[in-house]
Amino acid sequence: MDIVTFDNVSKIYQMGQVAVAALQEVTFAIPKGAFTALIGPSGSGKTTALNLIGCLDSPTRGEVTVAGQAVSRLDRRSGAEFRGRHLGFVFQDFNLLPVLTVYENVEYPLLMIRDQPKAQRRPAVERVLAAVGMADQAQKYPAQLSGGQKQRVAVARALVGTPDLVLADEPTANLDSHTAFLVIELMKQMRDAFGTTFVFSTHDPRIMEHAELTFRMEDGRLTNNGAAPPEEAIR
Amino acid sequence: MKILRLAFKNLLRYKRRTLLTGLLIGVGVVAVIVFVGLSDAFKGAITGQITDSMLSHLQVHRKGYTASIDNLPLDRMLPAKAYAKLADMLAGDPAVEAFSPRIKFGAMLSNYAQTTNVRLNGVDPAREQAAAPLLASRIKDRTRDDAILAPGEVVLPEILAKGMDLKAGDTVVLVANNKDGSVNGMTFVVAGMVESLMGPGGRDGYMHIDDAAALLRMAETEISEVAVRVKHSEDVDAVAGRLQETLAPMKNQAGQPMFEVHTWKQLSPFFNVVRMIDLMTLGVQTILIAVVLISVLNVMMMSVYERVREIGTLAAMGTTPGRIMGLFVAEGFSLGLVSALSGAIVGIGILWVLNLSGVEVAFGGAGQVFTLEPAVSLGQVASAALIVVGISVLASLQPAAKAARLVPVDALRHI
Repeated sequence: MDIVTFDNVSKIYQMGQVAVAALQEVTFAIPKGAFTALIGPSGSGKTTALNLIGCLDSPTRGEVTVAGQAVSRLDRRSGAEFRGRHLGFVFQDFNLLPVLTVYENVEYPLLMIRDQPKAQRRPAVERVLAAVGMADQAQKYPAQLSGGQKQRVAVARALVGTPDLVLADEPTANLDSHTAFLVIELMKQMRDAFGTTFVFSTHDPRIMEHAELTFRMEDGRLTNNGAAPPEEAIR
Repeated sequence: MKILRLAFKNLLRYKRRTLLTGLLIGVGVVAVIVFVGLSDAFKGAITGQITDSMLSHLQVHRKGYTASIDNLPLDRMLPAKAYAKLADMLAGDPAVEAFSPRIKFGAMLSNYAQTTNVRLNGVDPAREQAAAPLLASRIKDRTRDDAILAPGEVVLPEILAKGMDLKAGDTVVLVANNKDGSVNGMTFVVAGMVESLMGPGGRDGYMHIDDAAALLRMAETEISEVAVRVKHSEDVDAVAGRLQETLAPMKNQAGQPMFEVHTWKQLSPFFNVVRMIDLMTLGVQTILIAVVLISVLNVMMMSVYERVREIGTLAAMGTTPGRIMGLFVAEGFSLGLVSALSGAIVGIGILWVLNLSGVEVAFGGAGQVFTLEPAVSLGQVASAALIVVGISVLASLQPAAKAARLVPVDALRHI
């Protein structure tokens, strides 16, 4: 069963008088539970594709379906509610809330988005913090953490609501290679532990090799459709 | 509650900015509370002086008397029968504490060497003392402790007595025309000097009502005015309205209303000062509103501008636009609430210290000094705090709406 489908999707940005095609007639499907990478050089359309999957943007043409729901024309409120129920996000710059502790950052989606009572929140937060190895850092603030630790917390925050899909835009770009490897391994372990589909973008060959499924993009077009990691990545 | 908690955390993110803004708002609240406390105390003290030492709370005259009150007309007095009816009515009104009939007239005062004009009130000393309880404290060099004066005695205006070199115990002659124009003169002993006070009747002398009737050769005592003191000063308008209604059916021979009723507010020019003070209070409150509006708007706009990317993150995670708006409104609310409460506590503290130290103000022509007792009611404090909190919420609406309207994908790209 596919958790994400793109059906002839195009996204065109109007930059003054010039129309720039970020995605051109892209069609692909991501099966549920796949550890998937969108790869390609900068400006190839990876982030645009992730934004469309994440209901953060709407396609100019075509249809995007996520978790069985057509999401191309959701209004802002419905989009937010859909993201809150089905999606988790991991950002390149971690994007943790600086005024909240590690525990509170992870708790945020359950508290402020899902309005869960404390009795439900606490075990869920403790479970994901333990899973990402940050249980002993729960009372620290983001400013007291290393980059790798911050990204672990971001992964925990993305997973705490047990979403169907976690989207990660260049999650290792701001990490050294060792930490990047650890974070990707962690994401994979989380996929195994929670059964969550992970879709991440990267242009780093060392990261690509960990993906089970890759979609290569160039100039807004898909150049391979759901292949195994490319040769240069495995080497 | 969870939104408020997050709002407080976000406010503490920029401690110095929050502190300075809160301080500004708090100082505004302190200024309003102290100003309201002092101005109310001033109004209360002066109003008390005017009503308790001279005018009393309201006055009843024969219709048309007040239009020519400066002439002290003797042909527009209340006949004895009309006064008797009025007295019965006032005695039966539970809201009325006391009333005092007065005969007001002009006379020539002579110390055998000099002569001058004097305005006099013929009063029943006991009734007058009950209707204007501070009158006795205005009389200097009183010859009696038990009453302000006795038959055969006169209390003269202080300025006039000084000018004529008169003192308590001296004998003077008073000469007056009655309403028919005939002249009569009688000798009186000076029983004290009454301090001047601003407003109508503030430089009048006093004598016994029977002496006034005798001097004016009245066959039966006629009354110029009846001063009425009510039990609770806040009931003045209600009692005046009720009296007016009750007295309205009583007509003179020409079918016109017999009586007219005026409250001290209508009789004393000081009421305009009271209104002026109220306007100034409104001005201070308006300044506070402007301070709060500009301060909170500025802080919240800065806050949204600095947190665009964070707002994008919240939206991406699934926070609805309404809740994002709620987060920023809660920050404005929290800032207003804490500043208002702090300001209120400090303001009340300052009033308490002022009460302990005593605030003295001079008022009136005779250099009278009053000690104010500044205080604010719980309602006034709550009203100031509510205004601040309300304006804080209002000021944060626009920045909050801006935050809620941010497009997540653009906000996440913001550097």
